[in-house]
Amino acid sequence: MPLLLLISIILYWILSNAPGGPLAPYLQNPHITAADIARLKHNFGLDQPLPVRYLRWLGMVVQGDLGYSTSNSETVVQAIVERLPATILLTGTSFAVSLLIGVSIGIFAAIKPYSLVDYTVTTLAFFGQSMPVFWFALMLQLAFAVTGITAFGYHFALPSAGISSTDDVDIGDRLEHLILPTIVLSLVYIATWSRFTRSSMLEVIRTDYMRTAAAKGLDKLTIILRHGLKNALIPVVTIIALSLPGLFAGAVVTETIFAWPGMGRLFFNALGQFDFSLLMGYLLIVSTLVVFFNLVADVAYAWLDPRVKYD
Amino acid sequence: MAATLAPGALAPALADDDVRIERHGVWKRFRRHRLALLGAIVICVITVCAFSAKLLAPADPNFIDQANWSGYPLAPGVAHHILGTDENGRDLLSRLMYGGQISLTVAFFAVLMELSIGTVIGAVSGYYGGWIDYLLMRLTDVFLSIPLLPLLLVLTAIVAASSNKAALGFGVIVVIIGGTSWPAVARLVRASFLSLREKEFCEAARALGNRDGRIIFRHLLPNAVAPIIVQGTLEVANVIILESTLSFLGFGIQPPTASWGNMLANAESNMAIAPWVAIFPGLCILVTVLAINYLGDGLRDALDPNMK
Repeated sequence: MPLLLLISIILYWILSNAPGGPLAPYLQNPHITAADIARLKHNFGLDQPLPVRYLRWLGMVVQGDLGYSTSNSETVVQAIVERLPATILLTGTSFAVSLLIGVSIGIFAAIKPYSLVDYTVTTLAFFGQSMPVFWFALMLQLAFAVTGITAFGYHFALPSAGISSTDDVDIGDRLEHLILPTIVLSLVYIATWSRFTRSSMLEVIRTDYMRTAAAKGLDKLTIILRHGLKNALIPVVTIIALSLPGLFAGAVVTETIFAWPGMGRLFFNALGQFDFSLLMGYLLIVSTLVVFFNLVADVAYAWLDPRVKYD
Repeated sequence: MAATLAPGALAPALADDDVRIERHGVWKRFRRHRLALLGAIVICVITVCAFSAKLLAPADPNFIDQANWSGYPLAPGVAHHILGTDENGRDLLSRLMYGGQISLTVAFFAVLMELSIGTVIGAVSGYYGGWIDYLLMRLTDVFLSIPLLPLLLVLTAIVAASSNKAALGFGVIVVIIGGTSWPAVARLVRASFLSLREKEFCEAARALGNRDGRIIFRHLLPNAVAPIIVQGTLEVANVIILESTLSFLGFGIQPPTASWGNMLANAESNMAIAPWVAIFPGLCILVTVLAINYLGDGLRDALDPNMK
């Protein structure tokens, strides 16, 4: 809580350095006199010193009011709530995909270390971590949307922008639009989570209780899944919890490139006009998520692993 | 007699096993270091190519080949443009080389700044402890909690709004990236200093009457340098991606100055007719970042085997 307060103070201070603000359109208007400007300034509370403005803003935020978004002509809360479902759909799908693929290929790699499978997985992980996300997105658009890929007698083509082609909800169409952004957003997490799962699993496989389980004559699959996975996943859960807010914030690039009508694109579009309330609101929300998931990671770690004790 | 094994019976098996394990380990280490070595070579080649652009580049990066250009990008090989031209008829290879200069220099100086800030804050925090540590670590927490890319975008947008977008030059980008990405380094250095300050040699240095600054920089820092080098190397890769992302989104290096990121900004609209404009700059980023990551991984294995 004190951390969040500190974050909000620093963010408010940084963002208040931007010129313009809600009065920018009036400053160029020759019919508006300096006295009008002063009166408007007073009405917006902009003649107050920074700490006073911050406290007023904070008072509003505590009541759930993030202010008025000038670039969207609605309140910030409204603007964000409208875009939230699209963002949750995209980040949620990407999360599920990364979890499924990342963790399972990590396990496969760890079961046969230094095998062909392992080398493939680690190399792919390196590529995934080194890939500039926006370029990967462009290349997928080039391959699937611009030219399309012909294979096995079919012509694969996917939409490169937007969330749907029609106004009514059509699941198949929605899924088609979801594929490319999901691949782009998941790539980094598949890479990091698989590397992490692999090393964590490798450590567990070398432990005594795994050898005991093997000595009992259990088959390999049971040992890996029942005894190994449980322990190997404890640190993985922490990493996943820590990277969730990043998934959310990383959607800025993906949503912008694929014209996905979510929060990330809302934020990006607000940059050009410097929509103070909206930028402030977005940054506050993502920072709160970071702080929250840090806490979740700590709690989950202690809960999953009884050996860990916090004072 | 059946119970005792002839000494030679077991030995070949053991020896065979040993050899296999040995070869296994060597192969493993060799593979790791070979990739790191390859990474280092690739980085050297790219750096040399980028910084000898004045000598090697076939054309001026901003020269518009009006004789051949007709409003569309020229394909690779056409009219002596080895990699073709962009949508404005500028030679792509030359722009890649000059763009590489910008991208690599930004990354180098931003990381230098990041390491300096992070090291000083981490060292002071870890060495003194107490309320100084508390204050500095809360500041670190704040910067760790605000997601980096949105923060960078807002900062560059402030600069762009204060004057104009052209103000987003090389120096501004370096300061903005370097000034916000130091927390990870600070944490790392603080952790090493927390254990180093309890060591005997530190106590000895203190007993000899050295001033704190001297102890920190002459006695403790050299012992904490391995993880800093590794982190710094990996950060160069991160910063290259950050800078190119900012430039791609229009909030980084501004045209007409080429950077690998902003060369991709206009590539999207012409992708159907000129995919090469979109492919090559991204390939440069990918190869460079990949090489740096492999080098960093090799350095980590070599310098600090216990580090994760």
